[in-house]
Amino acid sequence: MTAVFSDRIDIALRVNGEEVEARVPAGRHLVDFLRLDLGLTGAHASCEHGVCGACTVKVDGQAIRGCLMLAAQADGADVWTVEGLSDTGDLSDLQAAFVARNALQCGFCTPGMLVAAQELLAQPGIPSRHAIREHLSGNYCRCTGYEAIVDAIESTAQARADRGVA
Amino acid sequence: MKPFDYIRADSTTHATRAAGQGANFIAGGTNLLDLMKLEVMAPHKLVDINRLDLHQITEVDGGLRIGALVSNSDLAADMTVRKQYPVLSEALLAGASGQLRNKATTGGNLLQRTRCYYFYDTAMPCNKREPGTGCQAMEGATRLHAILGTSDACIASHPSDMAVAMRLLDAVVEIESAGGAVRSVPLSEFYRLPGQTPHIETVLEPSDLIIAVTLPAPAKGAQTYRKVRDRASYAFAMVSVAARVQMDEGTITDAALAFGGIGSQPWRNPAVEKALIGQKPSPELFAKAADILLADAKPQKDNAFKVPLTRRTLIATLKELCGKDAA
Ligand SMILES: Cc1cc2nc3c(=O)[nH]c(=O)nc-3n(C[C@H](O)[C@H](O)[C@H](O)COP(=O)(O)OP(=O)(O)OC[C@H]3O[C@@H](n4cnc5c(N)ncnc54)[C@H](O)[C@@H]3O)c2cc1C
Ligand code: SF4
Repeated sequence: MTAVFSDRIDIALRVNGEEVEARVPAGRHLVDFLRLDLGLTGAHASCEHGVCGACTVKVDGQAIRGCLMLAAQADGADVWTVEGLSDTGDLSDLQAAFVARNALQCGFCTPGMLVAAQELLAQPGIPSRHAIREHLSGNYCRCTGYEAIVDAIESTAQARADRGVA
Repeated sequence: MKPFDYIRADSTTHATRAAGQGANFIAGGTNLLDLMKLEVMAPHKLVDINRLDLHQITEVDGGLRIGALVSNSDLAADMTVRKQYPVLSEALLAGASGQLRNKATTGGNLLQRTRCYYFYDTAMPCNKREPGTGCQAMEGATRLHAILGTSDACIASHPSDMAVAMRLLDAVVEIESAGGAVRSVPLSEFYRLPGQTPHIETVLEPSDLIIAVTLPAPAKGAQTYRKVRDRASYAFAMVSVAARVQMDEGTITDAALAFGGIGSQPWRNPAVEKALIGQKPSPELFAKAADILLADAKPQKDNAFKVPLTRRTLIATLKELCGKDAA
């Protein structure tokens, strides 16, 4: 509990499996804390109004907008970024499918796409193309036209189901 | 964003006391932080309410009590909501995107501010943002604006999908004020018409905390939420209809209708429902219902399309719920 109003907030959280403690300005957004204070530049700060999805990270198991959450609100949370999810190998088949299907060109939206897609892939069953599109409607891509991204996610879901993973 | 002080509340008493000292509540933050970045809202103090024990959905008296901090995702996925109040689940899933719904809360969703472009632009006059400065939307771009319940001071629409379904379901808002007193306000009396004070949007006092929303036992009949927007997903409603219709031997025995995108608040007009109840569905009956709903519509140049669009959306929804033989 923070007992009094303050413009600096002490936080302790877990980021990509590692304990982190910091004192942050009250107005620090989570995505800026990750990028500027921790050097984790995978999640991108783009529209900064919750529209584009480039800042998507996982907080306590859920994909959220890193630009519409204060770092102070992440005290006690378990945060994962694309860096951590890459290191653990959780995303490797999906990343390989993105490469195989040309699901990225400039790559700016890709970290957000991967984290958002991972949440969908964690649900049972193979999502329909419509469900994939609906799930990703809050993630903008200005290069690919989405088709290849949907292909990559669909083929990953199919491959996981064939391997009995999901 | 203007600098501010932050505090984390560990009890509702603590939260309302902090609000009494001039702090704004922050829940999911998906609307408030957006508006703070633009300095449309610039609170000096925030009180974070996320640690309050308001995250439960519980069954009470045949109905449902939804804690103010239940996320839009969790509420949409709740089995009781999906079975007994499917219109609410559908409305939630039609709003924003998954990552926003994961953070957005029940209380915050009810209190989200309008999406009027001029309200968002601090260079523009806006009676809602800065009382007395005028309304830039009049004669401006009004695609998202209301045609019902507006005033000559403000024509903004209420943007929430969830609130439209809750209006249909006769939801009641539970409010705790500083000092601990709890009162219940039906959603029908929760929002205020803009009149000459569009900056005052609800009956809440500054330190009032929404602690829950309760739904009465589910009423009989089929329910649906139909949302018309500029693209298939991830856009605010141009027009939306939440509807419940009960049929018996070809007659409409009960009906309820609430509308989004067209009202200064989630809109409901009992006269429309009364016109349907006891009647056999027909194109003429549906047209009459639309006539009653839209009789007082005040469209602007830009959003005049909402009158025929609302009519068509209402008729399509009624056809769907009354069954094939309806028209
Ligand atoms: C890109 C984008 C697209 C969106 N699309 C849609 C859409 O299509 N349909 C739709 O309905 N919504 C949409 N939304 C809006 C979204 O639903 C709201 O931002 C969200 O519901 C707000 O909830 P929150 O908990 O984040 O509120 P916050 O931002 O935390 O709070 C909003 C307001 O409510 C107050 N408040 C919060 N909780 C309480 C409480 N318990 N008691 C008293 N006051 C309280 C706060 O002080 C603040 O003034 C969209 C948002 C974004 C960013
Ligand atoms: S419609 Fe309302 S919110 Fe929009 S500019 Fe006019 S007064 Fe402001």
